[in-house]
Amino acid sequence: MNMKEEEKKESKYSTFVVHTAKYKTLLTKSFMERKSWEPENTNIIKAIIPGNINKIMIKKGDVVKVGDRLLVLEAMKMYNQILSPVNGKIKSIKVKEGEIVAKNAILVELE
Amino acid sequence: MSIKQKTHDLKKRMKGALEGGGERAIEKQKSVGKMTARERIIALLDPKSFHEYDLFVEHAAKDFDMDKKYLPGDGVITGTGTIYGYPVCIYAQDFTVAGGSLGYMHAKKITKIMDHAMRLKVPLIGINDSGGARIQEGVNSLAGYGEIFYRNTQASGVIPQISVILGPCAGGAVYSPALTDFVFVVQNISKMFITGPEVIKTVLGEEISMEALGGARVHAEKTGNAHFYAESEQECFEQIKQLISFIPWNNMRKALTYLKKEPKQEEYNIGKIFPSDAKQPYDVRDVIRAIGDDSAFLEVMTLFAPNIVIGFSRLNGETVGFVANQPLYLAGVLDVDSSDKAARFIRYCDAFNIPLVTLVDLPGYLPGVDQEHAGVIRHGAKVLYAYSEATVPKITVIVRKAYGGGYIGMCSRHLKADFVFAWPTAEIAVMGPEGAANIIFKNEINSAEDPDKVRQLKIKEYKKKFANPYVAAAYGYVDAVIEPTETRDFLIHALEISQHKSEEGPKKKHGIPPF
Repeated sequence: MNMKEEEKKESKYSTFVVHTAKYKTLLTKSFMERKSWEPENTNIIKAIIPGNINKIMIKKGDVVKVGDRLLVLEAMKMYNQILSPVNGKIKSIKVKEGEIVAKNAILVELE
Repeated sequence: MSIKQKTHDLKKRMKGALEGGGERAIEKQKSVGKMTARERIIALLDPKSFHEYDLFVEHAAKDFDMDKKYLPGDGVITGTGTIYGYPVCIYAQDFTVAGGSLGYMHAKKITKIMDHAMRLKVPLIGINDSGGARIQEGVNSLAGYGEIFYRNTQASGVIPQISVILGPCAGGAVYSPALTDFVFVVQNISKMFITGPEVIKTVLGEEISMEALGGARVHAEKTGNAHFYAESEQECFEQIKQLISFIPWNNMRKALTYLKKEPKQEEYNIGKIFPSDAKQPYDVRDVIRAIGDDSAFLEVMTLFAPNIVIGFSRLNGETVGFVANQPLYLAGVLDVDSSDKAARFIRYCDAFNIPLVTLVDLPGYLPGVDQEHAGVIRHGAKVLYAYSEATVPKITVIVRKAYGGGYIGMCSRHLKADFVFAWPTAEIAVMGPEGAANIIFKNEINSAEDPDKVRQLKIKEYKKKFANPYVAAAYGYVDAVIEPTETRDFLIHALEISQHKSEEGPKKKHGIPPF
């Protein structure tokens, strides 16, 4: 094997670090597609489940307390009451009544 | 009527039943590249070995004008036959008859052949191709599924159960295959899901095709539901035949012994396969082929969690189950999926008297938030449980890295491996030299003028002292340090010596593995 071929063979492997040691190896699909973790931001309300925005109880600028109803997310024949997890002010509402949203879609931003 | 007339009458009745769903339905079945149920059975079993029963069973539905309908064999074919002379019980759902839907008598035929298989102690093969529950039969079709699940569970670990998905298998129907030992799927033909694309779209607004939701590739690669993936029905049947040759008929027997054949040393030479640098990858399947009879290796779950390799080979003509870390993928780490994959295979081998050979080369467990949150503790524990519980001969060969929890988990002496061998290239240590040196010599490294230089020095020092098999050998945790080329001889001898191994754990109803 000449150098060029060797380099080519080498290049199909990635460097993979486990406990500071570096290994040459192939990566799997599920490893490449893994979700990176983000710390929870309580000021951003996301859809817990895909569904339909049945009703919106708040408008921009409203001051809300913990437990106040923000909107109703209809999914799996259930009316899910989305409550405010924090005390704050409505910064923006990202959805309209009747809109179908995907899971984890941003619904409301607080400040 | 004379005997001749009566025979004529029988033939007429049989002809009606053997026609299945009729010409048009059969044409439709073939147009999507599928064989008919009867063709499948004949293609899988030894020529002329298939004997069919319950051909004249009729459905029991009364409502919705169903009583006016004739459904030949009630949409399922059952019988017995042989594969390479091995007896098997078999059923195949006939999609051409009412979409292979499962009604009361359809289920009765299946449970009857399952009961047969259990009494005769022979493998059961189920070919699934069904639209699901027969809605017109209501709760009776649900009862049918339940009766099948119960029998699948009772038969688990007693007789081999093989599920072949050759069509749709949706809703409750998926749980029978899920309870069996091996699931076979075929590209473009197999579809498995609990709720189909239609329902998902209406309820959740997510649009996805059947193939992308629960096609063969998805289950072979992503979900781990399928164990064997084929590109055609014929290839699938060849895989089943191969598998049958490796496993025993039931849990009271051993797999049949074949003629001993030396590995193909020209093609699979350990010296060439195995890199000298511990950080370089190689394909551990080539090492297995360099060890096993005739270099034959039937890999199970090739696409799912490829960072661990499981499958069957033979040593001295006897079936063994190989479990091997695969440095080619993710450096061979254990993670959620690979732990799950290995643990179930270990339990399969243990249940069916198949000795286990473990090849160890892993840097430990895969670090990461996603792994921790996906339950790598719970899933990793399955491997410990399965190895500790197994009473078949357990032989371990540590070929390279065996660090930390990975060392313990991969059938170490401490989980009661019968024999532990190590190659001179083995590194058995609490962690890799890099990590260990960073912790043990932290102060020295940090206070040095040139920390990197000291770090490299300390890594080297640690490597020399601990990254070898001799510390473990000094405590008797490794029985022998062997040359790689001696592996086959040592394994064959170890298996011969442990032929009459009998081990009984404490009396209990059953353990509580971390499912």
